[in-house]
Amino acid sequence: MKMKETILEIKNLKKNYDELNVLKNVSIDINKGEVLVIVGPSGCGKSTLLRCINGLENIQSGDIYLKGEKISNRRKDMHLVRQKIGMVFQSYDLFPHMTILNNILLGPMKSQNRDKKEVTKEAEELLMRVGLLDKKDAYPRQLSGGQKQRVAIVRALCMHPEIMLFDEVTAALDPEMVREVLDVMLELAKDGSTMIIVTHEMQFARAIADRIIFMDKGEIIEESDPETFFTNPNTDRAKKFLNVFTFNTAKGD
Amino acid sequence: MDLDFIQKYTPMYIEAGVITLRIAFIGILGSIIIGLLCSLIRYYKIPIIQRLVGIYIELSRNTPLLIQLFFLYFGLPKVGIVLSSEACAIVGLIFLGGSYMSEAFRSGLEAVHNSQIEMGLSLGLTRYQVIRYVLLPQAISVSIPAFAANVIFLIKETSVFSAVALADLMFVAKDLIGLYYKTNEALLMLVIAYLIILLPISILFSLLERKLRYAGFGN
Amino acid sequence: MQDLGISVLFQGKNFIRLLGGLWITVRISLISVIISILLGIVLGMIMTMKNPVISAITKIYLEFVRIMPQLVLLFLVYFGVTKAFGIHLSGELSAIIVFSIWGTAEMGDLVRGALVSIPKHQYESGKAIGLTNIQIFRYIIIPQTVRRLLPLAINLVTRMIKTTSLIALIGVVEVVKVGQQIIDASRLSVPSAALWIYGVIFFLYFIVCYPISLLATKLEKVWKD
Repeated sequence: MKMKETILEIKNLKKNYDELNVLKNVSIDINKGEVLVIVGPSGCGKSTLLRCINGLENIQSGDIYLKGEKISNRRKDMHLVRQKIGMVFQSYDLFPHMTILNNILLGPMKSQNRDKKEVTKEAEELLMRVGLLDKKDAYPRQLSGGQKQRVAIVRALCMHPEIMLFDEVTAALDPEMVREVLDVMLELAKDGSTMIIVTHEMQFARAIADRIIFMDKGEIIEESDPETFFTNPNTDRAKKFLNVFTFNTAKGD
Repeated sequence: MDLDFIQKYTPMYIEAGVITLRIAFIGILGSIIIGLLCSLIRYYKIPIIQRLVGIYIELSRNTPLLIQLFFLYFGLPKVGIVLSSEACAIVGLIFLGGSYMSEAFRSGLEAVHNSQIEMGLSLGLTRYQVIRYVLLPQAISVSIPAFAANVIFLIKETSVFSAVALADLMFVAKDLIGLYYKTNEALLMLVIAYLIILLPISILFSLLERKLRYAGFGN
Repeated sequence: MQDLGISVLFQGKNFIRLLGGLWITVRISLISVIISILLGIVLGMIMTMKNPVISAITKIYLEFVRIMPQLVLLFLVYFGVTKAFGIHLSGELSAIIVFSIWGTAEMGDLVRGALVSIPKHQYESGKAIGLTNIQIFRYIIIPQTVRRLLPLAINLVTRMIKTTSLIALIGVVEVVKVGQQIIDASRLSVPSAALWIYGVIFFLYFIVCYPISLLATKLEKVWKD
């Protein structure tokens, strides 16, 4: 049996916002090629968790290791760490003053000093895979939300990260555009990317996840495989949460 | 209207105009540099220095240029610092302009969403790279209207330099009125001189603003 | 302890005279601002009319006043009107005329901008609940317009106060001119007077203008809706 390679280890993470305890003793390990989906009610800390991994928030105690190297609470060279972590946000903020292609090229060329031709070739291939090659010279304002989000994913991929983080990337999109983004993410999962996905899209979560983590009020309540979680969750809180997504018809039948 | 008079003294106006423009140019350049520095200091909230910059801005924005010039030209010599008219004019203009430019740039900086910065950092760019490739380009384009207004404002402010013996347009006009009583001609040439200087700049900036708005910055 | 220049401030009535000059500055500004607000409101409403001739005239008026340095306008009125109409205008009157023309242009533009920026549906909602046009203006439009205008109007006051320093150059005895007179008179007794007098005048302007600009900022924040 092939040895599992642990990409990310989060140990006893604790984070506060002023007085408020936002993350309480969170520990997670993620292996290469694994797709982890985190679900939970608003304010449970799942977005904060992702931001802590990427160093956009500081943590009060606990450690995070990326392939064995400690990355938590780093003062120096955090940018080198971030090159290995790809993150896609809910607000599809591409850089408005650059073309789509330049948006994608900026990271690899400026922080990784890669050759322009090589990166351009890769960028164009990825754009073609997501069906947006014809937009490479357009500006973000000319694209729809779904298209911008797909470009954001390509932009993160071009950095060749070890792990990809997705923070509710479809939450701000119109329903018609959600699917096209989720399809891209499914493809990535099939290709064997290591991903942590925070989402509200339950059917999508069920389809893509290798493992589901349910969080509430800053702690992990339940952790299991998707089938178990969605058909027969162990904890009451998880049951209550999933109930939110089922409706009885209003007319009572 | 004495056209001969106008013809005779046009060169004098042109020369004075050139002096005005030259000082305005240096003053505006200096203001931009000071303004950029101050705006970055305030944007990044660098302790202590930020306070000093704040005081500087309030002082220079709430006092007239004329007084600043008088202080430099008449007051400083009393403590041994003697500046030429031109030097006083430039220093005064930069002192005043620096604070106006600083506020223009700062509003540009603050208009760039924090999420843009985070986006840049997430790609693994250093702080410096984020400032250079993500923050500044967007901040500058947002600042252009205020920047344009400041440029025009500063050029207008140069009209007080005659008070410290600088042979600029106002000086020439006043001189000619006093010497030859050709008030109408002198004033007409004065108005035309300023129109020639300021109208093109004003129109240029309007066009620039419109063009940048089409380039669509912001979602 | 000899020749401590600052002593010039305490000689005779020097400081009182400076304050007197400052009062003249403030007075001219206040009169001009009040005229500007009144005429500006009228101008603003005129500017919302769709007549092309009116638009052209007001636009030229606005642009001219905006582009010309205030000192040039002062020269035009003080020297030019005297020559053209044979009447001699005092420096103070010239100043009030010029500032009013300047102020009216700015206020007019502000009023027009404020009137135009109030969304159409405000008028429509007013009609929908059965108000007459006059009532709509009085209860819905005017209060909002005033809120947008006031901080900007106050900002105009500080700018006018600073610009009044220019009228010293056409001979009006306001604070700067008084300062010059004091310096001249003290040439022998306090040779370093210039440093102190101009320094003090600098701070006098600051003490007058800064609180006013703080007021404007505060109002703007409070009314940010």
